[in-house]
Amino acid sequence: MSTSAIVTMVFGMVAIWGGLAASIALTLRRSRASRTSAPPR
Amino acid sequence: MDAQREEWGTRLGFLLAAVGSAVGLGNIWRFPYVAWDNGGGAFFVPYLFALLTAGIPLLVLEYSIGHRFRGSAPLSLRRLHRRAEWIGWWQVVVCFVIASYYAVIVAWAAAYTWFSVGTAWEGDPNAFFFGDYLAVSDAGTFGGFRLGVLVPLVLVWAVTLVILGAGVRRGIERANRVLIPLLVALFLVIVVRAVTLEGAALGLQALFEPDWSRIGDASVWVAAYGQIFFSLSIGFAIMITYSSYLPRDGDLTGNAFIAGFSNASFELLAGIGVFAAIGFLATARGVPTEEAVSSGIGLAFIAFPEIISQLPGPSGLYGVLFFGSLVLAGLSSLVSICQTYIAALQEKFGMHRENAVVVAGGGTALVSIVYATGGGINTLDVVDNFINLFGIAAVGLVEVVVVAWLLRELPTLRDHANATSDLRLGRWWVVSLGIVTPLVLGWMLLDNLRLTLAEPYGDLPQRFLLVSGWGVAALALVAGILLSRRSWPEEVTLQRPADPMPRRPEGPSS
Repeated sequence: MSTSAIVTMVFGMVAIWGGLAASIALTLRRSRASRTSAPPR
Repeated sequence: MDAQREEWGTRLGFLLAAVGSAVGLGNIWRFPYVAWDNGGGAFFVPYLFALLTAGIPLLVLEYSIGHRFRGSAPLSLRRLHRRAEWIGWWQVVVCFVIASYYAVIVAWAAAYTWFSVGTAWEGDPNAFFFGDYLAVSDAGTFGGFRLGVLVPLVLVWAVTLVILGAGVRRGIERANRVLIPLLVALFLVIVVRAVTLEGAALGLQALFEPDWSRIGDASVWVAAYGQIFFSLSIGFAIMITYSSYLPRDGDLTGNAFIAGFSNASFELLAGIGVFAAIGFLATARGVPTEEAVSSGIGLAFIAFPEIISQLPGPSGLYGVLFFGSLVLAGLSSLVSICQTYIAALQEKFGMHRENAVVVAGGGTALVSIVYATGGGINTLDVVDNFINLFGIAAVGLVEVVVVAWLLRELPTLRDHANATSDLRLGRWWVVSLGIVTPLVLGWMLLDNLRLTLAEPYGDLPQRFLLVSGWGVAALALVAGILLSRRSWPEEVTLQRPADPMPRRPEGPSS
């Protein structure tokens, strides 16, 4: 494979799979934060 | 009726169902070709842009409509505005049409899972598919039933109706908890095997080699928006229906990001697996990769069987994995498509779920038999093309324009999403839905209209196109309008609900 193909393949993987990982991490972190900051029921 | 409304058991259950709906046959057989045909690696730039400016914003919009108004698409849109109900019915009828032929493709995949065991297509996969298996007759002719299609079709419908009959939590959620992890596991095995084949690097080179000169080409951007729009199950009632079963505190924006990126992640995985296998095929044939590239039915039922036949070792097992994945991806999508009109019928006609499943699901199963005939594939091809271009794309455009410009509901829906979510929607969401999405969808629709009018689709007879193509697309709109004129049962509340959501404490803006 050429260097340019490898670079765009890595870019696609990082952007898309990284985007998924970041979405999950961000959502879970904020969910936990809002749960711990909520007043006790 | 609202007090008894079902809810997803868990957030993961909803996400798996939403991803299961989005991840379908198009991810496997459409995305790799579209990416390769539109600049290769360079395609990822418009693709990601389209995901962030149309895909995820549209997902949030539909999640917000379903979650705020808590009904099927027609009921949610009726509660949004009394003159918007017909859009929901139009979407629901489009779903009915799609389900009727989508089940047949899943049935082909099920049959091919069985054929894989002995590589029944050995020698000439093209002749086997069109001749031995489908025994295709001329367009517009009946051609008699094909038992090889009819039997798996009955099985596909039996599984689908059992899942739907068990309900949202016990049926759809449970099924997706099995189907989606299994699909990902199977596909990972397929990809690992594909990238270790001789010539795989040539295929990956063809897919990822960027042609940056194409980045300024408007058609590439339209292709990227089209891929995002068609692959995310947006614009045709599914996401409105699914989000209406979310609990009150469902995180709409967070869920949309996860679902959108999950779908894109699977597409990328599919692209790698498919093009690595195509590279192997090109090497085995001794031809350039471009000559081995295909998409759609040709890729799945002709190119892949040839690839499977050429594989060293137990090639039948690879076929079982590949066609088994198609069945899993198709089933989870088919269930979501059917759920849209089952939910709508339950609410509009006050039917119990079981009755709605039998009437609507059984009705679709009966209609789908039309495609299990010798002339079925021609009808399927035309209906699929016209209902996608002038059904899904048209109703998606109408939905966005009506909500954003005529009813001016984007600020209300943004507030609703922000009240339920930790990730906050900013101005980008309103601009994406109010300007970018309508412009691109409008352009796409007009361009497709121009192309279709200039040249008869697939060089098929005009009369056949008029009935199976234009006729079916128009019928979906007319049926939608007629269904919206029927009154709702008294027990269904049609008033727009007051905002019940307590605002979440302010968090950082996304």
